[in-house]
Amino acid sequence: MLGKLSWSDIPIDVPILVGTFAGAAIAGLAVLGLITYYGKWGYLWKEWLTSVDHKRLGVMYIVLALVALFRGFADAIMMRSQLALAYAGNPGYLPPHHYDQIFSAHGTIMIFFMAMAFMTGLMNVIVPLQIGARDVAFPFLNSLSFWMTTISFVLINVSLFIGEFSQCGWLAYPPLSEQQFSPGVGVDYYIWAVQLSGVGTLLTGVNFFTTIVKMRAPGMTFMKMPVFTWTIFCTSVLIMLSFPILTVALGLLGLDRYLGMHFFTNDGGGNQMLYLSVIWGWGHPEVYILVLPAFGAFSEITQTFSRKPLFGYNTMVYATCSIMVLSMVVWLHHFFTMGAGANVNTFFGIMTMIIAIPTGVKIFNWLFTMYKGRVEFHATMYWVIGFMITFTIGGMTGVMLAIPAADFVLHNSLFVIAHFHNVIIGGVYFGYVAAMNFWFPKAFGFKLNEAWGKRAFWLWFVGFYFAFMPLYVLGFEGMTRRMNHYDNPEWYPWLLVAEAGAVMIALGIVCQLTQLYVSIRDRNLAENRDLTGDPWNARTLEWSTSSPPPFYNFAVVPVVHDLDAFAHDKEAGIDTRAAGSNYQPIHMPKNTAAGFFIGMFSLILGFAAVWWIWWLAAVGLIGVIATVIARSSNNDVDYYVPASEVARIENEHTRNLLAAQAAE
Amino acid sequence: MKKKILPRLSSLLCLSSAFLLAGCDWALLDPKGTVGVQEKSLILTSTYAMLLVVIPVIVLTLLFAWQYRQSNTSAEYLPKWSHSNKIEVVIWVVPSLIILFLAVLTYQTCHSLDPYRPLEEEANVKPIHVEVVALDWKWLFIYPDEGIATVNQVAFPVNTPVDFRITSDAVMNSFFIPQLGSQIYAMAGMQTQLHLVANTAGNYLGESANFSGRGFSDMRFRALALSNDDYAAWIQKVKAASEQLDNSNYPKLAAPSEANPVEYFSHAEPGLFDQIVAKYNNGMVMDKSTGKMLHVQSAMSDMNMKE
Repeated sequence: MLGKLSWSDIPIDVPILVGTFAGAAIAGLAVLGLITYYGKWGYLWKEWLTSVDHKRLGVMYIVLALVALFRGFADAIMMRSQLALAYAGNPGYLPPHHYDQIFSAHGTIMIFFMAMAFMTGLMNVIVPLQIGARDVAFPFLNSLSFWMTTISFVLINVSLFIGEFSQCGWLAYPPLSEQQFSPGVGVDYYIWAVQLSGVGTLLTGVNFFTTIVKMRAPGMTFMKMPVFTWTIFCTSVLIMLSFPILTVALGLLGLDRYLGMHFFTNDGGGNQMLYLSVIWGWGHPEVYILVLPAFGAFSEITQTFSRKPLFGYNTMVYATCSIMVLSMVVWLHHFFTMGAGANVNTFFGIMTMIIAIPTGVKIFNWLFTMYKGRVEFHATMYWVIGFMITFTIGGMTGVMLAIPAADFVLHNSLFVIAHFHNVIIGGVYFGYVAAMNFWFPKAFGFKLNEAWGKRAFWLWFVGFYFAFMPLYVLGFEGMTRRMNHYDNPEWYPWLLVAEAGAVMIALGIVCQLTQLYVSIRDRNLAENRDLTGDPWNARTLEWSTSSPPPFYNFAVVPVVHDLDAFAHDKEAGIDTRAAGSNYQPIHMPKNTAAGFFIGMFSLILGFAAVWWIWWLAAVGLIGVIATVIARSSNNDVDYYVPASEVARIENEHTRNLLAAQAAE
Repeated sequence: MKKKILPRLSSLLCLSSAFLLAGCDWALLDPKGTVGVQEKSLILTSTYAMLLVVIPVIVLTLLFAWQYRQSNTSAEYLPKWSHSNKIEVVIWVVPSLIILFLAVLTYQTCHSLDPYRPLEEEANVKPIHVEVVALDWKWLFIYPDEGIATVNQVAFPVNTPVDFRITSDAVMNSFFIPQLGSQIYAMAGMQTQLHLVANTAGNYLGESANFSGRGFSDMRFRALALSNDDYAAWIQKVKAASEQLDNSNYPKLAAPSEANPVEYFSHAEPGLFDQIVAKYNNGMVMDKSTGKMLHVQSAMSDMNMKE
């Protein structure tokens, strides 16, 4: 009846997990209680959970990303604490069974549910506004993508309290991840969570590719597209090319585990090397999927706060596109030590370091954007400058790893860990936080507190160097990744420094949460309100509409005359909003709960499949199919906003604008 | 801004130069064999080449941000300027030249440091052959020429090239002696090769560099680089051990164990390594010198095979 599930799978003997469960349960009940107390269930359901509005979905993605950051970081600091203790015979407080789950979950959560969700959230909020569109091409699919991502994150967290998570690292290399060596349900949780979220990500890629190709405002040719939109375009292409590879890789691993096939097993003709090749065929493009949007955000922020247009827009576009292409042909550099011949290693080594050229060019472009500008040291710019310094170092160590003969000694050491955190924190995370600070007023109509933003930056920036520079040293000292305990006295002091860095980063996260709290508390102060819709005197179309934008984004679809359309219109004295014009009815999609239900049935399917509860899996699968059929046969999916309603909303915004101008 | 960032930058530069110059006792920067020495010099050369562009970028970032700060109204301000062919040429060409240099270096070192390539020393000194089997969670070393085997300890004479043939009878591991140089994966059913040499006598850390499960952290061994006399004595010591390794007790050794102590076997079943490889390949093993598949007679061949 319950498949493999039994009472003994509830880890009541692990005090850390019991405490976590109690904490999560109390926090969860408190949130549910508050929603009930304030009678917000109807509002939440109608305006958010069933919304197909890209801006709301974007905000929910970012909330998901912040929750995932919390979980992923809790894992990180537990690992650092373990290694600060587990020296010279002290086993530490995390036995391998628990520790191995933690580092596997840390990587999986940070990549799939922190970084991917944050990135998807940003592109949801910004891209349609930036290209002058009223929504994405497929609003319902957008909602479905969000729910697939969310329930996958829920499934991973269920593994904390029911059963176990994978103990095979974030990419679950076979044969360790095969039934023979990992007979528990951990790898199955991993497979189902990643597969289900992969459905959401792939749909997002299709959705934004179509949106950018088909829905740009009139006049916005490809070479007049803002750089952030360009990076999302390239990211969407990479998603469409690479996520199917991931699906196949994990699908085959799943067939091995569920049906006893032999794709990657030791015996029966399986080949583990094939898995490495396939999973990295996805894995390497994935890091560019994450970092390209960050590059886009840095470009928008640097030009805005340097008060001049981006240096070398064409170069930036070519660099982005060449990175997109090159990122698909470098995957073998993740396993130079597998015994490929010298010529194969040479090819992939050189292709990898060639990526450093367009990336370097981008850095120079940002440099020369500041050159002869008027750089405002807004909190957002702190993250940009911190990024340029940090990412340059990470790029250098990346090229070192790209030289196969150097990789032969650095591979799988803590040097690698230091390198990819150097680019993922220093590049991806700094970029997303900068973007969140930059575009927050657009999404909510008020600015984030700058003082707390700067405190968060300094703690993250300094904390990063304390936490990860020692890992470079430890790599040179021969310490490999994923170790649970050690007895080398040379490693110990460096691991203590790294622990101190992790504590600083923890304080940085506290500052970010405080920044959110303080900003929400003071949202109605005059200096924090964004009445104009253009708080930074920025250059692109999203700033031409009100903050937050009306649900239809633009009352009149803007006409683009030049790169940096809004800057052009402001200079030429064109009213981009065409305020007071004769408004037309606007065609909009209706909200739907179908995405929510497909997500919930998928969660049931995933959970049941992990535990081999086949009747329940059938319920989930039938539920998914039935909801899809019901949604497909529903023709009542759109409506028109009457022109009078558009005029009412627009006139109100015009009054606010005039009041704001009068106040100045 | 400047006040806060400059000291941090200088401390960073100190750290990175400490990295490259003062860090002599760090395993990879204190290599004890020619492979490791060449890899160290490769790491340093490539780092210096990249610092040619990395340091200017960091300095210019801080300089431009400070020079063109909003409050510095005496600085030139060109609100429309966004293109310069001269600058574009420089920013494409300079990184390209550095990468070109590194690409040539990569091509050369990929071939000269190919783990499969016999070391130049082999022209003068007959190499030692060691067969390595990664097990859950210990290392088995077989000396085919001596007919002995050890667990979690490997020894070889100093200045003598060592030819390792490596496989796994469990999950994937990576065979790595940091102070001697390159690592290579150990995979079931596969044979990988590694050529190393120690130029200084010593007792070096050996480890698995690829996570292999519960007992991974203790999957360590010692690599002893001994004088010729000490090596001969070590061989005699192993040969004097009471334990022997054959098909009947190999499965007991191969069963998972954690923090396994050093073990000596005075006799190792001939062809054991080939049998371990062959049992995942329908009883076949490739002769690496001829590339031909050979059939291996083995009591083991149907032991682990699920047909």
